[in-house]
Amino acid sequence: MNALVLCIPLLPFLGFLLVGLLRNKLSRPLIGIIASGVIGIAFILTLVIFFTHYYPANAITYFDFIKNSKYDISFSFQVDQLSTLFMLIITGVGFLIHVYSTSYMHDETPAHYARYFSYLNLFVFSMLLLVLGANYVIMFLGWEGVGICSYLLIGYWFKNNQYNYAARKAFVMNRIGDVGFLLAIFWLLARLGSVDYSIVFSNASALSTTDVTGITILLFVGAIGKSAQIPLYTWLPDAMAGPTPVSALIHAATMVTAGIYMIARSNVLYSLSPVSMDIVAVIGVATALLAASIALFQNDIKKVLAYSTVSQLGFMFVALGVGAYTTGVFHVMTHAFFKALLFLGAGSVIHAMGGEQDITKMGGLRKKIPITYWTFLIAVLAISGFPFTSGFISKDEILLAAYSHSKPLFWLTAFAAVLTAFYMFRVFMLVFLGGFRGNDEQQHHLHESPPAMTIPLIILAILAAIGGFVQLPELFGGHDYFNQFLAPVVPALSHEGENLATKEYALLGGTIVGLIIIFLFCKKWFAVNQFEGKYTGFKNVLAHKWYMDELYDAIIVNPFNNIAGFLKSIVEKSGIDGIVNGVGRFIQYSSRQVRLIQSGLVGNYILIMVLSITVLFMVFWNQDLIIAFLQKIF
Amino acid sequence: MIALLLILIPFLSGLAAFFMKDGKMARNWSLFSSLLTLLSIIALLTNSVPASNESFDIAWLPFLGSSFSLAMNGLVKMLVLLNAIIYFIVFLATFRRTFDQPNRYFGLMLLMQAGMMGVFLAADGLVFYFFWELALVPAYFLCSQWGNEKKIQATFKFFVYTFLGSLLMLIGMIIMHAKTPDHSYALQSFMHAKLSATEENLLFWLFFIAFAIKMPLFPFHTWQPFAYEQTDTSITIILSSVMVKMGLFAVLRWLLPVFPHASISNSHIIIILGVISLLYASVIAVRQNDLKRLIAYSSIAHIGLMCAAIFSGTVPGMQGVMIQMFNHGIIVAGLWITAEVIETQYGTRKISELGGLAQKAPVLAILLLVMALGNIALPLTSAFVGEFLMFSGLFQYNLIICAVALVSIILSAIYTLNMVQNIFYGNTLPATQDATDINRNARTAMILLAICILFLGFYPQPLIELLNSSVQSVLSGLNLVLK
Repeated sequence: MNALVLCIPLLPFLGFLLVGLLRNKLSRPLIGIIASGVIGIAFILTLVIFFTHYYPANAITYFDFIKNSKYDISFSFQVDQLSTLFMLIITGVGFLIHVYSTSYMHDETPAHYARYFSYLNLFVFSMLLLVLGANYVIMFLGWEGVGICSYLLIGYWFKNNQYNYAARKAFVMNRIGDVGFLLAIFWLLARLGSVDYSIVFSNASALSTTDVTGITILLFVGAIGKSAQIPLYTWLPDAMAGPTPVSALIHAATMVTAGIYMIARSNVLYSLSPVSMDIVAVIGVATALLAASIALFQNDIKKVLAYSTVSQLGFMFVALGVGAYTTGVFHVMTHAFFKALLFLGAGSVIHAMGGEQDITKMGGLRKKIPITYWTFLIAVLAISGFPFTSGFISKDEILLAAYSHSKPLFWLTAFAAVLTAFYMFRVFMLVFLGGFRGNDEQQHHLHESPPAMTIPLIILAILAAIGGFVQLPELFGGHDYFNQFLAPVVPALSHEGENLATKEYALLGGTIVGLIIIFLFCKKWFAVNQFEGKYTGFKNVLAHKWYMDELYDAIIVNPFNNIAGFLKSIVEKSGIDGIVNGVGRFIQYSSRQVRLIQSGLVGNYILIMVLSITVLFMVFWNQDLIIAFLQKIF
Repeated sequence: MIALLLILIPFLSGLAAFFMKDGKMARNWSLFSSLLTLLSIIALLTNSVPASNESFDIAWLPFLGSSFSLAMNGLVKMLVLLNAIIYFIVFLATFRRTFDQPNRYFGLMLLMQAGMMGVFLAADGLVFYFFWELALVPAYFLCSQWGNEKKIQATFKFFVYTFLGSLLMLIGMIIMHAKTPDHSYALQSFMHAKLSATEENLLFWLFFIAFAIKMPLFPFHTWQPFAYEQTDTSITIILSSVMVKMGLFAVLRWLLPVFPHASISNSHIIIILGVISLLYASVIAVRQNDLKRLIAYSSIAHIGLMCAAIFSGTVPGMQGVMIQMFNHGIIVAGLWITAEVIETQYGTRKISELGGLAQKAPVLAILLLVMALGNIALPLTSAFVGEFLMFSGLFQYNLIICAVALVSIILSAIYTLNMVQNIFYGNTLPATQDATDINRNARTAMILLAICILFLGFYPQPLIELLNSSVQSVLSGLNLVLK
């Protein structure tokens, strides 16, 4: 069974090697089959674990990674409910996206096609390492591994320097977070001498408050980078430069949720530090609001979805911050369904439009691409919280948890949810309703995508619609299967003593009324034949993303470049080297002889020198020593 | 016996290379000699020869109290291995290149290898000094004869700087000799010298500056980018991956054991110098347009971190440094080979004049990417293990210093990925329009390095175990003082 567990990450790694090394030899269909196949098998193996309940109490250790007199960091995996859930999402959604990609990327030459799939396989490998690791160092291996895969895939079309810049930005911003993560690891090592989850969590209560707070805040800094929260979120919208299936897999369903995984995994530590919890919740809600407000006026379909992802991740952090760890993880799952579906749907739309991503140039696509239309609609309803879709159930749970924690937090989160429905309806109507606003060529080109793309859409649509029932509130005849499943690893928030029924009815009623109002307004504004997409005043500020990129350039990037330039051309050249050269000139002046020798016949000179050294060497040796030397040799 | 062979093989084959009748023969001979050296150390590491081979001792200059003694521990074995690997890789990668005056080139290269072997193996102060010079003198001549237009100036600076260092060290050695109870140059005797606190402090700085120049450490570093830029890249590889380790090695093997009190009392200032070196060189690397200068500054940054980690005086710090001495050597060699290929095949090393090479030279692009990822210490490359341990050692020394030093991992990502992006991505420019992919020899050499980087990234434990005893012995010396 332990070998089977090892196979799960190893399969995608083999896929990476096979496809990557043989990229000039394999044909496109074969590449697609190998790359998707390994993920599919990994998914089946994960299902075996899930159905046999193979959750060993101790970590499975494969070999020593770093072991010395102080540290004992092993390469070991922790198979439990939490890692299994994430593995199911990663391999399951990952498999669908691989299949989708085989068709979406069909215009690429075989070598590039292979490059794409090898990166994608490598990504799945790293992501599995991240969730399977039984200590923070193995998690960190996967953590940076997914970062580099994200870098490679964002810059997949490497001829475009804009894309390369976006790729680098993503990696660097992630690295800023990684500094925090590393410091947290060092802190744990310094205090506990171990980074194994089992040892850290069982000794957590022995840590001082300063230690726990410091460690949890630093871990969260890592999560901020990876999960694109304020202030390190600006890389994610730019990451949309990558191919759309990549956005679906990495920048929506899996990688960006690593931060949530990390905090849910470390819930023992977080529960010991109320300060850190509050910071998580505040950053979460602030990000949810900021990103949702920006999404309102974006015209690029992928940009809207990107800001939507940032915002939804904020919701998850709100849940974690108020102690509803399972709810955060539950939203990871439902979000993986509907956001992956939205991105793949967007990919299908972009595919139909011949590469066009501007929603002001779309419109009325409902008839032309019906499967995409229906599945996209389901996703929009789910993310907007339409009653009894997966998104409704998870988001309501977050709102309920926020309400029991603090009223202002609840209202702010609820407002972000309203904005979510608004910007999603806007996109939906501009794309599918009203009249077509593109050019004739695009209109002529419109077509539904092939089955390799639509079948994943349909499967994800089913999951987005009903995937939430595993955690349907008891009020509506459900049961908290999901919380129970995770209970051995992650505690759920207790609503004991609260009048849940009233609140749930109120939320249901509020949601229905709210959605109807938003729908009517959106229909009036966006289901139209003509749409300019130009904004003035405050709307323009939002359309320009609050000028955050410009702000970062002004206060960080440009000053840094100036300082670097100053150091390079002034301090280094004139300062330090100037002094050195001054001294050097003095020496040069006073020792012309040395220079004359230097410019002589170099080779002969060195030969003489070496020979004379050898002779000197021998001369000092007296007879006895030479004999002793020879005796030593023979 | 093998300890002696490790010096004798390159030394004798270096001398022989001068007298060979043509360059081709010297070239083949050198590759063979470097392979022989490599096999000798591998034989020792795999325990296929008796352990008595690890040391060698015979009286030499008895009236000066010096004996020709060589000794090995884990660290020495690792550095000897690095020296052997890098020479083999360099000769392999440049096998098809034609050099001016090949006999002289190969002869000097091998003499330099013999010198460095001696530095790593020496257990006697005078022998150490002797080999230190034996390594440097060929280096001066190599740098002044094979390289770019300003090579003479660069070499002169290199010479003056390192000669100054050698002088300080020689003075230090002579004083130490006078202070030892038995008037000897042996490492063991040095450790038993009776020194007052002031004397120890003074001698510590004499030696430290000598070694700091070699590393180099801020502010003694300006000779290095200039020398690396102007020297032929095949020589730069040796200087950068093996020779700079002489400075760090000397600190570990000579400075800390001989001056433990001063090492502890001065640790703070040296750690700060190391971190300044790390950040300062990283920031400058961000703005470099010359590929070789960029790698040079990146290397200074890494050395700065290693120097700081040594003085953290912790197990992980010390272990990290030792591991990184090896890993840095391997990775930087890969980067230099790339620079060599780019410079000789495309005729420029200005990053702004390159571009789009991934389309023309995909194999080179992949291999450079592996080296670049190693350079930013990405997990599952060998450098991660070293940096992880070093930073964790620094953390135990001081949280704030560690946090400040960690900024360098952001900077290294910026300049390294910048380099990758500007050279390989985007559209082709005139210099890269008709570029061809990496030649076969350089490719083989780079693949060997890449395998080494990835293997030690996945499974670093063999290296850690090799070094455990060295870490313990260096630290126990310091801990005795603390108690």
